[in-house]
Amino acid sequence: MPTFVRTDKCDGCKGQDKTACMYICPHDLMKLDKDGSETGHAMRAFNQEPEQCWECYSCVKICPQQAIEARHYADIVPLGGSVQPLRGTDSIMWTIKFRNGTMKRFKFPIRTTPEGSIDPYAGKPAADMSKIADIGFFCQENGFRAGDRSELINL
Amino acid sequence: MAGEFGNPEVVEEEVDILLIGGGMACCGAAFEIMRWAEGTDLKIKLVDKAAMDRSGAVAQGLSAINTYIGTEQDPADYARMVSNDLMGITRDDLAYDLGRHVDESVHLFEEWGLPIWKTDENGERHDGSKGMTPLKDGGKPVRSGKWQIMINGESYKWIVAEAAKKALGIDNIQERIFIVKLVNDKNDKNRIAGAVGFSTRDHKVVVYKFKACLLAAGGCVNLFRPRSVGEGQGRAWYPVWNAGSTYAMAAEAGAELTLMENRFVPTRFKDGYGPVGAWFLLFKAKATNAFEEVYMDRNKEMLDDYPPYGQAAVPASCLRNHLMLKEMREGRGPIYMDTVTALANLRETLSPREVKHLEAEAWEDFLDMCVGQCGIWVGENIEPEKKNSELMPTEPYLLGSHSGCCGIWVSGPTDVGAPTDEGEAGVPDHLPKGWNWGYRGMTTVQGLFTAGDGVGASGHKFSSGSHAEGRMCAKSMVKYCLDNPDLKPELADSVDDLVAEIYKPVRNFLEHKDYSTAIDINPNYITPKMLQFRLQKIMDEYVAGVATYYQTNGKMLEVAGEKLDMLKEDAEKMRAKDLHELLRAWENYHRIITAEAHMKHIEFREESRYPGFYYRADYNLVDEENWKCFVNSIYDRESKKWTCFKRQHVDLVDKSKLFK
Repeated sequence: MPTFVRTDKCDGCKGQDKTACMYICPHDLMKLDKDGSETGHAMRAFNQEPEQCWECYSCVKICPQQAIEARHYADIVPLGGSVQPLRGTDSIMWTIKFRNGTMKRFKFPIRTTPEGSIDPYAGKPAADMSKIADIGFFCQENGFRAGDRSELINL
Repeated sequence: MAGEFGNPEVVEEEVDILLIGGGMACCGAAFEIMRWAEGTDLKIKLVDKAAMDRSGAVAQGLSAINTYIGTEQDPADYARMVSNDLMGITRDDLAYDLGRHVDESVHLFEEWGLPIWKTDENGERHDGSKGMTPLKDGGKPVRSGKWQIMINGESYKWIVAEAAKKALGIDNIQERIFIVKLVNDKNDKNRIAGAVGFSTRDHKVVVYKFKACLLAAGGCVNLFRPRSVGEGQGRAWYPVWNAGSTYAMAAEAGAELTLMENRFVPTRFKDGYGPVGAWFLLFKAKATNAFEEVYMDRNKEMLDDYPPYGQAAVPASCLRNHLMLKEMREGRGPIYMDTVTALANLRETLSPREVKHLEAEAWEDFLDMCVGQCGIWVGENIEPEKKNSELMPTEPYLLGSHSGCCGIWVSGPTDVGAPTDEGEAGVPDHLPKGWNWGYRGMTTVQGLFTAGDGVGASGHKFSSGSHAEGRMCAKSMVKYCLDNPDLKPELADSVDDLVAEIYKPVRNFLEHKDYSTAIDINPNYITPKMLQFRLQKIMDEYVAGVATYYQTNGKMLEVAGEKLDMLKEDAEKMRAKDLHELLRAWENYHRIITAEAHMKHIEFREESRYPGFYYRADYNLVDEENWKCFVNSIYDRESKKWTCFKRQHVDLVDKSKLFK
């Protein structure tokens, strides 16, 4: 469904020039209505092209106010259900409500290391420039599958 | 001076290597390249039209890594699988090379923090948070199929992007820059010299000059009319922001394309397009017609019409669609995934603890990568253990990394026995003869590299393979720059002309907007949205979309050609009332060029190579004698014409092993 922004929760990311949802949307859908001229709600964000929304939930997950939800595609889905996440640093909690009122909750891990902790080259060798034309990468992670050369019938 | 709408600031910059795109391929390149570039003075930059944390096809997350070879399979086994799934015509050199490199990337993902499910010594499965032995040290993944492993992948892209951003350095990355056109070299039209684009946030046109670039901006979505045409048109199976930019920009720069007739028509849960892989492979569910008949059994003799591709243990994806479409055409729909029986069966064989996890696993499969499908299940009160869900073949998609193989013709590895000459006549003289011409991943245009969805004739690389392919390109691009220290790129077009071309939709709007009272209805321009609808209608009705059950013929393609010519002319009249619409205008221009390539290739290939994905009703057979070859093409930016030609197909691994 396309996402929508709740007027009672969105604070326009406190008047910064760029809101979190604008920053993250992969399809450039979220827009801040600074003066209220487009929505009647000044300093609130909105989904400017809902029919282009992939429902990827990037904006829902990143919103610091939990102001963004999804009302699933109206041309497809009966009203009344909702699927809402709360994304933390190592796991995500989902609250799922069916049209008939049934509720389900799930929690899944999302990451085994602290956010921001990746040190990409720590403990890795420098590249050996004499091997730049060879197969393989600069570091070996025990994942190169050399293969049985006799399988190559054209050699 | 800061730009304003209609009068953008022009920013010119020269680098050695530009990475265009921020998905898995460019993230792989970013990680690999900085190590090879250490100690050189090479200046490297990455531009992404979105934000790297959530850009590309993995933006939403994934519930599985679909390509992990492991220690028990050979890269040759992988190349064989890729070939058969794509009806025998793939580049074994590219698939084999990917197969031997890809696990290196998967092991990095786990090191960086991606939770990967594991199987313990008793055969029980555990999610990726349990700190069990990493894959690198012999940990056993949970295989959902021969090549797939299960993950908790909500933050897959976030994690991979963090490593890429740290490696490259934040100063060398610009987000919200949409590159729309490559520029050839003034002194050598078969060499790349630069790229132009614009900021979707500020009134700014960017002009880059470089020696080499990696163009990896995804596949093509929404070039056909989607099954859902209201709000639901955003719920494409592949990401709606993949606009064919990779294929269109490469073609316009003169790069040779391959197998652009290939498409992917995934069979997915209806309307939400939720993944079926775990249901088929992990939960062992069957797909049936409305009368609970398994169509893969009922119609299995139809597989014999397509030897040998139908006779492997896993028949080619298109043929599985072919058997399902028979049920739909003959009125035995809807098609269902029998989730009820599958889950009931599993309850009998799994441990109590596993049963408890089973329901969560089924939901996580959607929540990790396709929340929209959950939206449909909750709206329709579908609990998979109580009610079966409908399946449906989608509208067609063009891509090179998933179960499709259209894309760009690239230079492969030199050590696997690839041809060094060409066996088919008719290949234009300026193009290379064999399958490798110096730099792994380079297109037929000097200095232009591609990876992921960009690389044709080698599908099934998926997220991990796209990352690995980007890394291979990174090495080659550094080598290319070091081998050519004196190269001074010079743009073939003037900066003024390029800026005018990019901002033309804005000018069209500003010049004519006061002619009519209704902003969207004006004879002097067309909105990007209406142009896209026109493209989708043409493709759907004439080029084998869902409207004709994926059928077309030579006459229909001729009509499509006339209509596409006029559409391409009208694209010059697209309007952009703001930067957001300028983004859409150029995305849709890229879609048109990609769609045209698709149509021209289908027209050239006088057979139906991919039954279930498309049918040429006038050549409704797989013609091994005349068409077991690549169909490649080049585009001439000046005349706006395509030239299609054959290239010889050669097997580098023995395919008969699949059928023993």
